[in-house]
Amino acid sequence: MMKWETVIGLEVHVQLATKTKIFSGAATTYGAAPNTQVCAIDLGLPGVLPVLNEKAVEMAVKFGLSVQAEILSNSIFARKNYFYPDLPKGYQTSQHERPIVLGGSLEIPLEGEANKKIRITRAHLEEDAGKSLHEDFHGLSGIDLNRAGVPLLEIVSEPDMRSAKEAVSYLKTLHTLVKYLEICDGNMQEGSFRCDANISIRRLGETTLGTRAEIKNVNSFRFVEKAINFEIERQIDILESGGTVIQETRLYDSEKDETRSMRSKESANDYRYFPDPDLLPVAIEPEFIQKIKNTLPELPQEKCARFEAEFGLSPYDAAVLSNSKELAHYFEETLKFCHYKEPKLIANWIMGDLLGALNKNNLTLEKSPVSSLQMSGLMQKIIDKTISGKIAKTVFEAMWLGEGDAISIITNKGLQQITDTGAIESIIDKILLDNPSQVAEYKAGKDRLFGFFVGQAMKLTKGTANPEQLNDLLRSKLS
Amino acid sequence: MYQHSLSFLSKALQEKTCSSVELAKIYLNRIHKLDYKLNSFITVLDEDQILKAAQKADAKRAEGKHTPLTGIPIAHKDIFCTKDIKTSCASKMLDNFIAPYDATVVTKLKKAGMVLLGKTNMDEFAMGSSNETSYYGPVKNPWNLKTIPGGSSGGSAAAIAARLVPATTGTDTGGSIRQPAAMCGLTGIKPTYGRVSRYGMIAFASSLDQAGPMAQSAEDCALLLQAMAGMDTKDSTSMDKAVPDYHASISHNLHGVRIGLPKEFFAAGLDAAVQKKIEEAIEALKKLGASFKEISLPTTNLSLPVYYIIAPAECSSNLARFDGVRFGYRCNEPKNLNDLYKRSRSEAFGAEVQRRILIGTYVLSSGYYDAYYIKAQKIRRLIAEDFKKAFTEVDVILSPTTPSTAFKLNEKITDPVSMYLSDIYTLCANLAGLPALSMPAGLVNDLPVGVQLIGNYFTEAKLLNVAHQYQRITDWHKLIPTEFQ
Repeated sequence: MMKWETVIGLEVHVQLATKTKIFSGAATTYGAAPNTQVCAIDLGLPGVLPVLNEKAVEMAVKFGLSVQAEILSNSIFARKNYFYPDLPKGYQTSQHERPIVLGGSLEIPLEGEANKKIRITRAHLEEDAGKSLHEDFHGLSGIDLNRAGVPLLEIVSEPDMRSAKEAVSYLKTLHTLVKYLEICDGNMQEGSFRCDANISIRRLGETTLGTRAEIKNVNSFRFVEKAINFEIERQIDILESGGTVIQETRLYDSEKDETRSMRSKESANDYRYFPDPDLLPVAIEPEFIQKIKNTLPELPQEKCARFEAEFGLSPYDAAVLSNSKELAHYFEETLKFCHYKEPKLIANWIMGDLLGALNKNNLTLEKSPVSSLQMSGLMQKIIDKTISGKIAKTVFEAMWLGEGDAISIITNKGLQQITDTGAIESIIDKILLDNPSQVAEYKAGKDRLFGFFVGQAMKLTKGTANPEQLNDLLRSKLS
Repeated sequence: MYQHSLSFLSKALQEKTCSSVELAKIYLNRIHKLDYKLNSFITVLDEDQILKAAQKADAKRAEGKHTPLTGIPIAHKDIFCTKDIKTSCASKMLDNFIAPYDATVVTKLKKAGMVLLGKTNMDEFAMGSSNETSYYGPVKNPWNLKTIPGGSSGGSAAAIAARLVPATTGTDTGGSIRQPAAMCGLTGIKPTYGRVSRYGMIAFASSLDQAGPMAQSAEDCALLLQAMAGMDTKDSTSMDKAVPDYHASISHNLHGVRIGLPKEFFAAGLDAAVQKKIEEAIEALKKLGASFKEISLPTTNLSLPVYYIIAPAECSSNLARFDGVRFGYRCNEPKNLNDLYKRSRSEAFGAEVQRRILIGTYVLSSGYYDAYYIKAQKIRRLIAEDFKKAFTEVDVILSPTTPSTAFKLNEKITDPVSMYLSDIYTLCANLAGLPALSMPAGLVNDLPVGVQLIGNYFTEAKLLNVAHQYQRITDWHKLIPTEFQ
């Protein structure tokens, strides 16, 4: 068996979260009725001219700074010329030879291995095209230009990834980052974050790249992984049977779980790029870059490292909690309200019970019925031993159902933990008196019955007896 | 009244010796009576519509809320988009096109109170030097109906020369204002690139296109440019630079003004009789106090090849939007998408437009891009450098506008290179982005000759000043072709 190495580079189209389009004042809201979010500029009517949206530039710079890239002081928009019905001007305005962001890198986590640095080649601004609709038009095609002119940041990586797992980790890291930066809503179903994957295979140890195939527009992490793995197998099969891989663009069919040829290199367009004479070079002053720098949030990896160092969380917990800005905020707020006590306990509750409930109910964190303040109320009651962890689950469920704060639920339901030794002792005495045969059996060596007595005590106290005290007292009474 | 200049009419309106409604009627009547000889209009507005605008202008004047242009009739080259009025660019492609917006130039002149009479004929998509490539047929030169009026703003020029309208707008990508102005005996100015907004002006070659006024005199052009110029947030290439008072600066005397004569523009190819007229103009300007010296613009002899790479390259991309999908011409019963593109574009674009799209597509193709487009851009910068150097020595550069007077209809239409040579003196100003003006300097065989003045960036005021002083002591700009007197 020949040993093969996979080489993967990714091109990610990030839809920038601007209110208006990149070259016009039309709105960018997703899901509007066809052709309702277009103006003369988006329609490519004769005589109209583009005016660059400064917000899109800001967002591109923000991204560049967050990956330690160079921000070009005079990037240039070019025209990529090709005919397609959903491309109104007959060219896409994009950046070609001088992109706004050059270089940079992204560190990606890998399960059971050290982080890996993936180099970024460039990121450039461009406009999205419209959509062709092929159904419901009786054999004709419909064109919806709502998306035409929506700003995109195309982020191109170096071919630094060696497996589908690495590619997915890169995508997830990038996805988290652009959401952190608030430059993209990250909605993959709506196409806000799309990926093209360039995949090639070479013999292990070889340094030149093999012939690549490009897989277009895969819109979920799961499909990226499947598409890449399919493509790797396909290419290895070709090479092992003595064939050659041809350079082409392929489409992933998620229903059949396979990639299919879309067009070969020979039939590829000659895009006839040239600088767009309607737009001046994008002049970016150092002051502008500094201004953006000052607005940069703490980045996911910085946050993750801080969670580990400051709160003693495990790398896994820190990574999960810092994975989304909202979740990290929720955690930090809860922790703050608890005066920074018991971060591990809080992390467990948020990652376990809270995220579990959210997932089960298909809710986002913003829609959580339990706020961070409420969560902290519950945590404090665990920390000061008013309730046990087990009772806390009952309280959490009640909070989730909107029955109020932890404190009132505990009071109303009488869930306060019994820590008075005398009270616990009298309960134990009653149980031992009521169950003489079990006491005898236990004393005869049936240790398992210890649990029975605990259960009886919890039943009587509705679970509010302090478990440690109960155990200690029970043990001494039975001995 | 129709013989008079815009400046004269402006005074007449001010002094109430005539009204805007009267003027509108006079010119509209002339268009209806005479334009069949010229074909200078593609669209003439309804009388009701025109008179309504004229009445409004009269009311504005009565209220004292007017500009010097309020109530003056105008016609726009059919390349400027006009809301609710057909904008064809003289192409079958846009024969059915009505823009939902006004070009910025149209808006500005409307705000100044001008009364729109119609849209003038032109070369298709402004590609041509004789106004023979129009879908609506050629325009005739009022000075001799067997000759061409020049192009591409041929309709705009012929209409003024025949006194069918006192002022028009034009666009100039390689000489399209100056060359027809010269051939029809008018004054026209192509401003500095970025001086006038291109918004709503159908693009031919975006880095070269500039809008400008055409009229009888430099004074007229000063008043028109005043209203047209200025920064426009809708055009990223328009310059944020204050607009000077053009009319105030035209009256300066010419003492100490240094004028350069580029030797390359007075060499082989220039008609001897035309050259003589230019020399007479130089003598007149000397009398006014201007000094002359020979200069050299060594790279400008490459203007023609450079222009015919850059302009077609940009046009091939600019005209891609005319695909039969969203507006404009669509072929009958397209079989599939490619058929729709191919036939819509082949059937609706004329031969010259198709030629330039093909040239442009070729020079931008991978493998040829560096050799053509990139090299042309480099030479373009050298041409600009030539001028930069020249303007350290002189204030204005003077040359003939065209190598000869107007040629005969059909004479050059089948010989593109000979046609392109007609713009040999005008192309360089567009490539360098400089302002340039053409003014009438006499007749040769009863056909007008034009003098070109090229200035440094944003020195339109200086060009208008020199031309106005010249026109104070000459009458060439007042001549009217016999048939239209």
